[in-house]
Amino acid sequence: MTRAAYYRLAFIVAGILLLELLCRTGVIDRLTMQPPSEMVRDLAVLLASGAMNAAMLKTFLNVAVASGVAVVAGIAFGVALHGRRAVRQVLEPLFATYYAIPIYAFYPLLIILFGLGDAPQILIGFALAVVAVIVNTLNGLDRVSRVLVKTARVYRLGPIATALKITLPSAAPYLLTGVRLAVAYAFIGVIGAEFIMSRTGIGYEISFAYNNFDNKIMYPLILLILAVSIAVNAALSQWEKILMRRRSRS
Amino acid sequence: MTARSWRPTINSLILIAALLAAWQILFEFAGNQAMTSPAATFRYLGQLLATETFWGHLEETSRAFFFALVIAVSLGLAIGFLLGAHRLLGEIFEPMLVAFYSVPKITLYPIILLAFGLGLPAKIAFGAIHGIVPVAIFTMAAVRNLNPILLKTARILRLKPGKIVGAVLLPAALPEIFTGLRLGFSLTLIGTLLGEMFGSQRGLGYLLMTAIGLQNVPLIMAVTLLIVLFAASVSTLLIVIDHRLHRRVL
Repeated sequence: MTRAAYYRLAFIVAGILLLELLCRTGVIDRLTMQPPSEMVRDLAVLLASGAMNAAMLKTFLNVAVASGVAVVAGIAFGVALHGRRAVRQVLEPLFATYYAIPIYAFYPLLIILFGLGDAPQILIGFALAVVAVIVNTLNGLDRVSRVLVKTARVYRLGPIATALKITLPSAAPYLLTGVRLAVAYAFIGVIGAEFIMSRTGIGYEISFAYNNFDNKIMYPLILLILAVSIAVNAALSQWEKILMRRRSRS
Repeated sequence: MTARSWRPTINSLILIAALLAAWQILFEFAGNQAMTSPAATFRYLGQLLATETFWGHLEETSRAFFFALVIAVSLGLAIGFLLGAHRLLGEIFEPMLVAFYSVPKITLYPIILLAFGLGLPAKIAFGAIHGIVPVAIFTMAAVRNLNPILLKTARILRLKPGKIVGAVLLPAALPEIFTGLRLGFSLTLIGTLLGEMFGSQRGLGYLLMTAIGLQNVPLIMAVTLLIVLFAASVSTLLIVIDHRLHRRVL
């Protein structure tokens, strides 16, 4: 571990201890927040009881579907778009302004179109995720060295074989950036949508617990979401670093 | 102007026409129950803008967004400059900033509400926590990537610290910082609107939430259109400035 990592760990531990102290001494009253140690204990109890299994399964499944479809569709679209300069130039302003548009604003519309099932939430997650995948795929393909592309041509590979065997592997670290963002955005989209309006899922359970002042359920669930999304993100970015190192070596 | 410099404008116009056409086609399929046509939506938005209650909501949202943006930009810049100038501090806190960026911040909303209570401060805080991180991350990277010769020159010229920041560091780092400001703008807008969707009695977000409850499709469409138009046009303007700044330095 580096020195910075030690300091970071110390900072986080100190922060948690401070929060614990503030809660225990009553500076932060119990109606507002319970001590972190109790949040962890409540989370363990909640997970062991199995009461949240259905909600967790649904949310994580929806996140997986939204990000999975976004990754496949985004990479396919990026590959198809890469060679077509005119179309790409027209779409470029859309990509640039896309994340300025509050996608959640379309959620009410999706509810009216598809009802209150899983579809609107998955679509919001997908819509948030897919453009990040497209942009990073294009970025990765732009950086594939021309020698590789020429080699593919010498071996007379077709466009699909070229993409699968040459360009996509070479662009892998950048694709992985897209995947990491897709997962993060799918989490944000699905849980946000559940929170705004839905009947199931962890986002819904958090907002339900909040409306009932049920801190014993709300805080553990918030903790769970934070922990899972940070862990997934950290794992993917570690993998990204390994791929990037391998690419620069070869 | 040459034909070349008109290219981006023409591309944007093609894009807008394509989006409107897609909207019209979708409307033909989905029908009157689910959505309104482009023409009808623009007309309804025009009617809305003529009513006084709507301006009240608009003003409320604008006020919350303005304060949130001021806080996000000033805190983001301060954090970014500090972490960029201090190597160790940057190494300690950068991963935490990145992790926070990937978290579904909507789950933190109950905590914000408990801390700030219902009303304007909660909305502002929620908008600001969305916007601070991108501003901070980009500012940090910008300051860190500065050419060390600039700083040495400033020191040889015996500039005072304030003058070094104002006359050397800021202008040199501005293009990259501006990219962060652009992202910060969009995310702050999203955060503010999300904040208004819960625990608020005024503003565009509140209007959207009540419209969902009443299944008032024309209102949902018109408010969504207004938000998208605002976000897209400001974002386009910022992108144009962004490109100018980047070209000036190169």
